[in-house]
Amino acid sequence: MALRRPAEAPFLAPAVRPGRRTVADRESILGPLLLAPALLYVILLVGVPFFMAILLSFSSAVAGGLEFSWVGFRNFQVLLSDSQFHRALQNTLRFMLVSQLLVMVLATAAAHVLDAAFVGKRLVRSLLLLPWAAPVALSSMAWVWIFDSTFSVINWTAKKLGLLQGWWYWFGDPGLATVAILTVHVWRTFPFATVVILAGMSAIPQEIKEAALMDGAGFWRRLFHVNLPMLLPVVAVAVLFGLVFTATDFSVVWLLTRGGPYNSTHVLSTLAFQRGVLGASLGQGAAVAIFLLPILLVVAVLLLRVARRAEVGA
Amino acid sequence: MGYVEIRDLHKHFGDVRAVNGVNLSVEEGELLVLLGPSGCGKTTLMRMIAGLEVPTSGEIYIGGQRVDENVPPRARGIAMVFQSYALYPHKTAFENIAFPLEAMRLARESIRERVVRSAQMFGIERLLGRRPRQLSGGERQRVALARAVVRDPKLFLLDEPLSNLDAKLRAVARFELKQLQRQLGTTTIYVTHDQVEAMGLGDRIAVMDAGRIRQIGKPQEVYDDPADTFVATFLGSPPMNLIEQDPHTIVGFRPEAFLPRSVFDPAEDVVTYSLRVREVEYLGSDRLVYGFLEEEQRTDQPVIAAVPATITVPIAEGEVYEFAVPRRALRFFDRNTGRRLERAGIVRVFPT
Repeated sequence: MALRRPAEAPFLAPAVRPGRRTVADRESILGPLLLAPALLYVILLVGVPFFMAILLSFSSAVAGGLEFSWVGFRNFQVLLSDSQFHRALQNTLRFMLVSQLLVMVLATAAAHVLDAAFVGKRLVRSLLLLPWAAPVALSSMAWVWIFDSTFSVINWTAKKLGLLQGWWYWFGDPGLATVAILTVHVWRTFPFATVVILAGMSAIPQEIKEAALMDGAGFWRRLFHVNLPMLLPVVAVAVLFGLVFTATDFSVVWLLTRGGPYNSTHVLSTLAFQRGVLGASLGQGAAVAIFLLPILLVVAVLLLRVARRAEVGA
Repeated sequence: MGYVEIRDLHKHFGDVRAVNGVNLSVEEGELLVLLGPSGCGKTTLMRMIAGLEVPTSGEIYIGGQRVDENVPPRARGIAMVFQSYALYPHKTAFENIAFPLEAMRLARESIRERVVRSAQMFGIERLLGRRPRQLSGGERQRVALARAVVRDPKLFLLDEPLSNLDAKLRAVARFELKQLQRQLGTTTIYVTHDQVEAMGLGDRIAVMDAGRIRQIGKPQEVYDDPADTFVATFLGSPPMNLIEQDPHTIVGFRPEAFLPRSVFDPAEDVVTYSLRVREVEYLGSDRLVYGFLEEEQRTDQPVIAAVPATITVPIAEGEVYEFAVPRRALRFFDRNTGRRLERAGIVRVFPT
């Protein structure tokens, strides 16, 4: 019983008159067309300000005025001998690295806890994301109260428990202010890292976890020899996101301390704002902001490297 | 008492009875195959023996020690090879094989020596520096086996370790595996859905379906003496032909016993049927003849005859031929329960 072909089998053709192609058919036009809105956005709201900042950093422009005169590298020279600038640079790096180090440890631990099944796990998981999802202004306001000089709940609890003899003036002391800012940074970024790591953990094949059990590995051996190495690409991505987050952060520092006390907790973004907008010297403000660029470039390159290795490897 | 004893084991996942009352005794040094279709419970059973699942009820004894309640996998003296091999992708082959020994906190030198020895057993010493992604499927399988062997376990659990190999590799791998098991003498439980593999490897085969063991026996026994229609049709490819003889009985015979009448001696005690041939498949070593018996009214499931190539009787599609089965090759089953009729019951596994 062989297949029979009809005498004149009509060739299956699309229901469009031949020769009539719409935009949807022409990929060379369709592609750029769909990208255009996003491109426009990036160019206008990111690209233009970026180039303006570079331009401004070489000028002595002033906010509120339209004069623009070149001063070459003078702004940069002034900054390099400015102790406040150095302090701001140090702070930016310190907040970035210390907060993310803590996040790495806390998020890995939290991910392991949440990986196990327990009653209320779903609830805990959703609550976990709140710090990251909540608008930064709102959460920062709450933290302002938590660290308040008179009403700080931390102080009162510590006092009641007998752990505190004197009093902690959080925002009045440079060291304590740094701790406060670090706390908020960690609080805000560790949920995101936890979720990313949790996702990474579920990507570890179940059979490998079971093989480790069968091979006789105890909890710590499984953690350091199997889970963590396989999680490394994922943890790295989560941490690098956190680094970018903290490096560019303006709101937390500004809302908590405004860069104080005595300008000791300024980061590059807040200093740029203070000098450039509040202090009206746009050129200097721009110069400060530009210094973020090399830092973020390094972070971005590392991020791409790790992401690529995670794709190819294991 | 066998090396592994399983008593009335149950595993229920909600309403699903994955393992529904299994009794099993595995002799020391034997290779027992758990054979059955997907979902029959064989893997769940193995995982309970391994300690990866906790039984709902019942008892498991390994080496005389009761293990089902609080004994974790690593205290059971077993090694397992997973279907996907489960090699640690970030470790080299050497480190993979060494991992269980490191977990035992052996000295570095001792670990090295044992890993190399284990690798030599499988011919993979020159691959020790490679990572799993740099190895072929067959090589990865050997690393997984080497990792299992390196600890000198008392019990091997193998979960379909050959299913990911090329078909051509599989026969050789099967042979090597059997040799290895004989050489080491380690009690082994092997899970598979491939009945050819089971027949080739097992000292005994436990045929499972829907959470229960239908029959346990040597390959010869389960093949020639099936306990019910399930076992009869699961083993053997093509499966045993089942004919409804009367409202109470099903008669079965294997395709290789069903041959043109002219092949048999005229005096031989055979039962003849008229076969209307639908299709003949030429497979090289056999011809598979698909047809329907004139004696039967059924038109859904064909009857199959496996005629070896050495028999050159012409068989044409559309014709009717006289085919015959030796009477001693007939098996009778109860139509309602599927149980075999001549036997007095299934082979018991425990003396009570």
